[in-house]
Amino acid sequence: MLDYGPDSILMKGLDGRNWRLKDYEAREGYAALRKLLGEKVDPTALVNDLKKSALRGRGGAGFPTGLKWSFMPRQFPGAKYVVCNSDEGEPGTCKDRDLLRYNPHAVIEGMIIAGYAMSATAGYNYIHGEIWEVYEQFEQALAEARAAGYLGQNILGSGYNFELYAHAGYGAYICGEETALLDSLEGKKGQPRFKPPFPASYGLYGKPTTINNTETFAAVPWIVRNSGDAFLALGRPNNGGTKLFSVTGHVARPGNYEVKLGTPFARLLEMAGGMAGGRRLKAVIPGGSSMPVLPADVMMRTDMDYDSIAKAGSMLGSGAVIVMDERTCMVRALERLSYFYFEESCGQCTPCREGTGWLYRVVNRIENGAGRMEDLALLDNVADNIAGRTICALGDAAALPVKSFLKHFRNEFVHHIEHQHCLVTGEIEPRWGRAGAQMHKIAEAA
Amino acid sequence: MLSADSLRKIDGEIAKYPADQKQSAVMSALIIAQDEKGWLSNETMDAVAQYLGMPPVAVYEVATFYSMYNLQPTGKYKITLCTCLPCGLQGSLAAADHLRGKLGIDFNETTADGRFTLKEGECMGACAMAPVLLVNNKKMHDYMTNEKLDQLIKDLR
Repeated sequence: MLDYGPDSILMKGLDGRNWRLKDYEAREGYAALRKLLGEKVDPTALVNDLKKSALRGRGGAGFPTGLKWSFMPRQFPGAKYVVCNSDEGEPGTCKDRDLLRYNPHAVIEGMIIAGYAMSATAGYNYIHGEIWEVYEQFEQALAEARAAGYLGQNILGSGYNFELYAHAGYGAYICGEETALLDSLEGKKGQPRFKPPFPASYGLYGKPTTINNTETFAAVPWIVRNSGDAFLALGRPNNGGTKLFSVTGHVARPGNYEVKLGTPFARLLEMAGGMAGGRRLKAVIPGGSSMPVLPADVMMRTDMDYDSIAKAGSMLGSGAVIVMDERTCMVRALERLSYFYFEESCGQCTPCREGTGWLYRVVNRIENGAGRMEDLALLDNVADNIAGRTICALGDAAALPVKSFLKHFRNEFVHHIEHQHCLVTGEIEPRWGRAGAQMHKIAEAA
Repeated sequence: MLSADSLRKIDGEIAKYPADQKQSAVMSALIIAQDEKGWLSNETMDAVAQYLGMPPVAVYEVATFYSMYNLQPTGKYKITLCTCLPCGLQGSLAAADHLRGKLGIDFNETTADGRFTLKEGECMGACAMAPVLLVNNKKMHDYMTNEKLDQLIKDLR
């Protein structure tokens, strides 16, 4: 049996093999859909209950799901779409892969219910290209649902029609941004669109579209079965339900853990086996690599919910908790993060296209002992000139780590510049900043 | 240009989208074409463009934007190792060292016998299972200790 923790509801009763339709039905699967269609529940009432549940987007932004669904013009004639964002590529995040591998029908049922609530005609699940085996498995799950009459025309004899398809990405982080994802679905480069218009009025093929994260959809059947109030009661006001956290880095048992929102970070760390080798905690990025880093003492008194983490100075994001111990060189860690955003910038907006490379090159030269004291102000300045000046949030995502690393661990950067080596003594983690980074000539880095 | 089997698979992908939106199948058509040919030459991309009724340049745009398409021939096995921060904290950089030593090549290089190409990957969404690598894009191997890396290379040799 897979163990995601005692509070799990989405990942409860999974053993890694029981992902098939019959297994899911034995776990009350598709009961929510049967109830909605059988009782002809009013979609507005369904959306209102979802609002009550305080389910918030699990992909990163934390936007209230019920409110998002209410933006869809249900009366609009013609095609309307529901899209699932399974393009999980935020460094540190690996929860959607587990959901899709072990409980794919929960996502499918959630999407069918979303289609019913918003009068959508079809749905697409956009799956990260790197998890190809999961994509193929999802196709099998879809075939099962179709054969059982949960998808297609006149679902369960209700007169409701909904089709659902899987679409594979092929290696572009930016497609996790919802409008870039839509362009990618349309067979183009995945570059974010200007908003407004928002997808609810102009989405896939120009039709009203709602995009939610995999985990968000997976939570919907539970809410329909147990009520929005029950889901809300699991978490905290404005932070309903449980959340999957991917705990990575220097912990004894890296993995996914499902806990009630509001669970103290210390408890989550304990579930992940505590610090590997009994070392001391130094820093945590609590919501995926795009979110600000927090020092150990702040983190140890923070609870894991949207509002508490925001109050502590970061964001819950996708729930990717990257844990770093006392051996971690923060300059190296930032160098690797900065490289990621440089590599993944789609190139559409100048501040991001040029700025992410600039940030990487400056951090790279500090790490390699060629930094200058004025580089610290330069990093801040470049970061400030990216954040808020781009079409999508990737610019902010590249800038926030830089700002927060400098804010909380400035002394390490200063030490690197003054002494051309790391403040951390002994074994240093990660062993080098970016694999192959030594190939970059320092001169080039300037 | 593409085999009947590939075209049949592409037809299956086209059927997922509205009749006037064949272009939506371009990503999967390129994946299918790459699986058949090993990489995407201009000739192959032109065939995909013609089949989907797209201007060739629109297909090149897609192929050059997404990192998992091979725009040049690779070794028989392309190994892409994730070296992002969370993986790096969990030993993937040591795994990269081991692979580089074992194969005698650096990232973006191919062994002299044309057997292996080594690539550095960005987040694969499997961070807790690091070190993680992909063989030819589609087969993921996780928790790659040095012993498991040795075994993998032995099996593929």
